[in-house]
Amino acid sequence: MLDFESEKEMITEENNIDYKSGNIKTEEMVLNMGPQHPSTHGVLRLELELDGEIILNVIPHIGYLHRCFEKHCEAMTYPQVIPYTDRMDYLASMYNEFGYAVAVERLCSIEIPERVEYIRVIMGEFQRIASHLVALGTYGADIGAVTPFLFCFRDREKILSLFEMTCGARLLYNYIWIGGVSHDLHPDFIRLAKEFVTYFKPKIKELNDLLTNNKIFIQRTANVGVMPLETAINYGFTGPNLRASGLKWDLRRDDPYSIYNKFDFDIPIGDGRMGTVGDSWDRYYVRVLEMEQSLKILEQALNQIPEGDVTSAVPKRVKPPVGQIYSRVENPRGELGYFIMSNGTVNPYRIKVRGPSFVNLSALGELCRGHMIADVIAILGSIDIVLGDVDR
Amino acid sequence: MKTTEEIYKILKEKYPESTGDLITGQPVEEFISIAPLKISEICLFLRDNEELLFDNLMNLSGVDDANGENKKDETGANTIEGGTLGVFYHLESTKLRHKLTIKAAAPRENPEVASVAEIWYCANWHEREAFDLYGINFLNHPDLRRILMPYDWDAGYPLRKDYKNPEFYQGMKVPY
Repeated sequence: MLDFESEKEMITEENNIDYKSGNIKTEEMVLNMGPQHPSTHGVLRLELELDGEIILNVIPHIGYLHRCFEKHCEAMTYPQVIPYTDRMDYLASMYNEFGYAVAVERLCSIEIPERVEYIRVIMGEFQRIASHLVALGTYGADIGAVTPFLFCFRDREKILSLFEMTCGARLLYNYIWIGGVSHDLHPDFIRLAKEFVTYFKPKIKELNDLLTNNKIFIQRTANVGVMPLETAINYGFTGPNLRASGLKWDLRRDDPYSIYNKFDFDIPIGDGRMGTVGDSWDRYYVRVLEMEQSLKILEQALNQIPEGDVTSAVPKRVKPPVGQIYSRVENPRGELGYFIMSNGTVNPYRIKVRGPSFVNLSALGELCRGHMIADVIAILGSIDIVLGDVDR
Repeated sequence: MKTTEEIYKILKEKYPESTGDLITGQPVEEFISIAPLKISEICLFLRDNEELLFDNLMNLSGVDDANGENKKDETGANTIEGGTLGVFYHLESTKLRHKLTIKAAAPRENPEVASVAEIWYCANWHEREAFDLYGINFLNHPDLRRILMPYDWDAGYPLRKDYKNPEFYQGMKVPY
């Protein structure tokens, strides 16, 4: 017969567990989130170091969507790069093209017609609204509010239809070219765009009633993932994330490109209304306010747009002089920079893209430290990354 | 707000040996070249000096200067010997609103550049990317691993101009 008592003693001694005094040994745990997790917004793997349910550190593993953009560019001519830029931040394709075109035009000193500038601004701001709608809708869905997601996508579809009418594509446009745009606007475009602006204005209030001021939503996001201003700058935060931390910084005003200095608009910043300045709710709400400002720019641009030729300045052959440039624009997600080096041939010598999502994501560990696992999702959604832009 | 020339004068006075030339005559951007091993010291000065206050690193980019000697190896593929690999730093001050471009060039055979990841946190991933794609070794970097390529990639650094596609990756034939 087995001697249960002595065996039990033996086991306890072996494992050195002292049940009586409560000194139970604990250890940290590593948990994998992704790469196929619905709330990582793409293929991103997060390695969570946990103490119970508290996050000690988050290590993002990226590169699953790496498509060698920079290597490809070196084998392309300058205009051929444009379709590739579409596929980086695939929720803001227009703006990627816009940024690339601005960079090459600065490098080659190409003057472009005024109508083209207006078309670009109109497309850029529509793209900003469309991109923010995805960001806000999926953020709600991540946290558990599925209805706003459907509302946001309903309105985004209308913008995509406007894009489809302009250039035939709904997501990847190849519309903004170096020196111009590929087609002129459809004769009905201005009328339909104005209709959309009037239609969309009250929808922002609807979104606020449904999600922004929702008590559960506020409890999930306020005071979660607070980013103080100094740290935000040091981490290279840009765009809505930086403004949520309280700095009035917008490249459309602070480093003007195209014709943004002609328009009157405000730069919304986070004010810590529901919690602390720079928390997830602020990052969310800055995007809502930015959509209103984009509508304001759109109204002005749609009324002022001049007539003219849109392809007159498109160069037959793009051959910049030897030199390099770092040019940046305000993408919906932040500073989208193109570092282009030219060696005087038709192929770029080197193109490096400073993707806003890449830089913003690098601060995830800092933002999540000390929070619960469920907050990782709330924080990741609030910095609004697109994995195509992270991995390129 | 200071121009690149004024900043160059300040740097030349403070660090006469580590500050190289001011390269002008570029169509768009001028830049200052800096000794690669002194870059962290100089960047700390650029960030904390009252007159400069470069608090934001906009971009950090590795570049293959490809200024060495072109040779053919036994398979007929191009290789480059000698010359340098460069790193471009684009700095900006959100308080004083000026910008600066500096460049560090390290020898291709042993590319060592001092890390600035402790000065601007965002440099951490940018430097990992430059290490991943160019093989530039950033000294004192807290976590220098590959970032975009697979961790087990052993066929060299893809953005170097003399990079050759491997025939096999982990025993699998690479299509082209």
